[in-house]
Amino acid sequence: MSTHLNFRNATITTDSLVQGIKDCIPTLLGYISIGVAFGVIATTSNLSVLEIFLLSVLVYAGSAQFIFCGLYMAGAPFSVIIITTFIVNLRHFLMALTVAPHLTRYSPLRNIGFGTLLTDETFGVAVTKVMKEKQLGGNWMDGLNLTAYLTWIASCTIGGILGKWLPNAENWGLDFALTAMFVALLVLNLSDVGKSKLIHYLKLIALMAILLYVLLYFLPGHLAVLIATLLVATIGVVTEK
Amino acid sequence: MTTSLTFILLILGCAIVTWVPRVVPFILVRSVKLPDVVLRWLAYIPVCILSALVLESLFEAEENFVAFDWLNLIAFMPTLFVAVWTKSLSKTVIVGVITMAILRFFF
Repeated sequence: MSTHLNFRNATITTDSLVQGIKDCIPTLLGYISIGVAFGVIATTSNLSVLEIFLLSVLVYAGSAQFIFCGLYMAGAPFSVIIITTFIVNLRHFLMALTVAPHLTRYSPLRNIGFGTLLTDETFGVAVTKVMKEKQLGGNWMDGLNLTAYLTWIASCTIGGILGKWLPNAENWGLDFALTAMFVALLVLNLSDVGKSKLIHYLKLIALMAILLYVLLYFLPGHLAVLIATLLVATIGVVTEK
Repeated sequence: MTTSLTFILLILGCAIVTWVPRVVPFILVRSVKLPDVVLRWLAYIPVCILSALVLESLFEAEENFVAFDWLNLIAFMPTLFVAVWTKSLSKTVIVGVITMAILRFFF
C-alpha cells in the first residue's frame, strides 16, 4: 500500500513541514472551540489552570478529557477513570494502525512521535492526504501534528483562564465544530474513491447508521463507535468485489 | 495554579493508557508485515470511523430508547451540503457552527 506511489497528476506536494502546518489550519477552528470549551468546563469542574494545562499536554484527547472531568467531579475511583479513558481512546489504535503503514520508512523514534500526536482530526487530515496522494511525508506529519498539539494546549489553557467570564460555549454552536469537521473529512475521503466504490461505501454507511442505532441501546457512544467500525469494516472487506 | 500529587498520578495513568494505543501500531507495523487482507480491511477504517463519529452525534440515548438529536440532525443537513458542494474543511466547519448558533438562538 505504502509502496504504491501514484504520480498520475500534479497534486502531489513535496514533503514539507510548512505544508503540514497549512493543511492543519482548516481544523484549527475545531481545536480552538473544543479546547476553549473544555477549559471553561474544566474550570467549572474545579480543575485549576495548571491541571487543565497538564491534561491537555499529557492526555491530549478531546472526548477523553471531557469524560475525565465528568468522572472526576462525580468522584469516580481512579481505576474507573483510567479504564474509561482507555476505552474512549481505543479507537486511536485503529487510526494508528491505518496511518502507520505509510510511515514505516522513518526511524522508530520518529514513528513514536507520529503516534504520540495522533488525534481524530490529524488522522482525518492524514488519511485524506493518503487518499489523494497515496503517500505521507514525515515532515508534513510533524507540521500537522505539532500545529494541532500546540493549538490544543493553548486553547485548553486559555479556556481555563477565561473560564470564569466566558458564557456557556454551547450557546455559540461551537460544540458542533467537531461534528462539522468529521462531516467534511468524511466527504473528502469519499470524493476520490470512484463511482462503483462510492456506492459500496454509501451502503456501508447506511449499514453503519442502523448498526450504531442498535448498539446505542446497549453501549455508551464511544464503545458503539468502536465496535460498529470493526464490524462494518469487516463487512466492507467481505462484500467488496 | 495548584494541583496535588494524587491528581498528577491520575493524569499520568490516563496519559499512559491514551499513549500506548496510539504508539503500539507504529512500532508493530515496522517489524510485522501486515497481510494483504488486513491492509484491505484497514482501507475501510477511515470512512467507517468518520461516519460512525458523525452518526453517533446525530443520535441521543435516552433512558429507555435511542432517539435523534434533532438539533444536531438539522444542523447536519446544511453542513453536509456545504461539505459536498465546497469540499472545504474550513467552510464546512464555519457553516456548521453558525447554523448551530442560529438553532440554539431559537430553540
